[in-house]
Amino acid sequence: MIRQEKMVVVSQQQIARNIFELIVKGDLVQDMQEPGQFVHIRVADSFEPLLRRPISIAEINREESQFTMIYRSEGRGTSLLAEKAVGATIDVLGPLGHGFDVDAAKAKAYLIGGGIGVPPLYQLAKELNAKGVETVHILGFESKEAVFYEEKFKALGETHIATVDGSHGTQGFVTHILNELPKDFDTYYSCGPTAMLEAVQWAYPEKQGFLSYEQRMGCGIGACFACVCRTTKSETDYIKVCSDGPVFPAGVVIV
Amino acid sequence: MTNLTVNLPGLNLKNPIMPASGCFGFGKEYAQLYDLSQLGAIMIKATTAETRLGNPTPRVAETSSGMLNAIGLQNPGLEKVMASELPWLEQYDTSIIANVAGSQTEDYVEVARAISSAPNVHALELNISCPNVKQGGITFGTDPNIARALTRAVKDVSSVPVYVKLSPNVTDIVQLAKAVEEGGADGITMINTLLGMRLDEKTGRPVIANITGGLSGPAIKPVALRMVYEVRKHTDLPIIGMGGITDVTDVIDFLSAGANAVAVGTANFVNPFVCPEIIAALPEKLHDLGYESVEELVGRSHRL
Repeated sequence: MIRQEKMVVVSQQQIARNIFELIVKGDLVQDMQEPGQFVHIRVADSFEPLLRRPISIAEINREESQFTMIYRSEGRGTSLLAEKAVGATIDVLGPLGHGFDVDAAKAKAYLIGGGIGVPPLYQLAKELNAKGVETVHILGFESKEAVFYEEKFKALGETHIATVDGSHGTQGFVTHILNELPKDFDTYYSCGPTAMLEAVQWAYPEKQGFLSYEQRMGCGIGACFACVCRTTKSETDYIKVCSDGPVFPAGVVIV
Repeated sequence: MTNLTVNLPGLNLKNPIMPASGCFGFGKEYAQLYDLSQLGAIMIKATTAETRLGNPTPRVAETSSGMLNAIGLQNPGLEKVMASELPWLEQYDTSIIANVAGSQTEDYVEVARAISSAPNVHALELNISCPNVKQGGITFGTDPNIARALTRAVKDVSSVPVYVKLSPNVTDIVQLAKAVEEGGADGITMINTLLGMRLDEKTGRPVIANITGGLSGPAIKPVALRMVYEVRKHTDLPIIGMGGITDVTDVIDFLSAGANAVAVGTANFVNPFVCPEIIAALPEKLHDLGYESVEELVGRSHRL
């Protein structure tokens, strides 16, 4: 069920350059079904900025009715969000969309993330590990200052970091690491920039994969047709990233 | 007891609040959140004769207190709307206003004839004002002679009253209102979006793939209000007013300026519960202003 709730800020901290980790508490956590879903946040009570901001869910704590978001503060909306202090309330609409199919992986999965696409992979890694699936994490960032959650991912499995400028881990993109790794996994999951998703898809045409897409959204629930993408099914077939996705099996979405 | 009912051609509304076309799909998404029977009416997404896939993305961009969109009338086409969307809406006790769009007169006529025969369609909203399609749309809404002729052609085939949706992208909107009245329109809905654009600050490239888009949201409310006020001075046709409505105070403004009912568009994206919240707040607001019914308040700014 989708709810709109004033959730309370439990914690807010900067964890990398322009990257914030925000934990909020409220009932709608109980409705979160799967990793990869997102929430739609209203950052101001006024109409400036007007639209909600879609933000992915990084970690779900059902016992405490809390969840974690990790976001990049870069525009008017997210910089207002970064000002929310402990005890403040935030208007959250969610959980929205369809996430990663946790049951698809059998024994070993690659989790491949880029930048602000990394956060939803954390909850996914936790749930896969809980099911006994081995996870390998391949995460790309701009530079050393932008890296976050490295230790947390390491605690769950083998973790490789790439930075564009080479200031940490392998220099280059996640695909440079993928080229060096064995193909002994059964399923991959990926979230990040569209170019990265395309590259990952090309790297493993024979594997089962799931990709989380990003697209400019309006309503976030499927009514406004802003975030539509064509599919490989037919000339006239399309999906809405917000409500049909944001996660789709590899080979479905045309970007 | 405050009386919220409004009676207009084809529409016996339990209250004057309805979601605007294009901001509410065919209702399914919002039905997950609340009972659509609360709504005075629903203006469903524009329907064209054939399936339309719409414009390339990005299709939306935020602006100061507003947003631009260039969806491009994406819809499943007349056949599917008749076969699945409209029958699904029959479970709700609310009036359906079907928005009809096309690229040429024949398209409008075809869609209007068919969709007006659906048992739960109570009125048509003739879309002659979409700024985001290359053919048709706004070109029908900027030339009074063409608008008059199209209205007449659709009136001739429609089995329900026809409301014509006016574009604000004209020099004199009153002229267009008079033209569609002469064409036999039963009512007017106004305003559609204002044509605008936004550039990427780094590259100078338009943010919307269609280059231009329609501006909506609180930013356009003063323009919409002024236009409703002007048109009301020159016609007795029912007006369904819209443009930047976000709360009950905005509703009072539009009713005061002469709208008989109102539609809420972009605000649904910001607060998906905005329509039921406004409906709940309306009786007290009217009472506070000294009115016992919506109809008493309509047009009060013209009686001062």
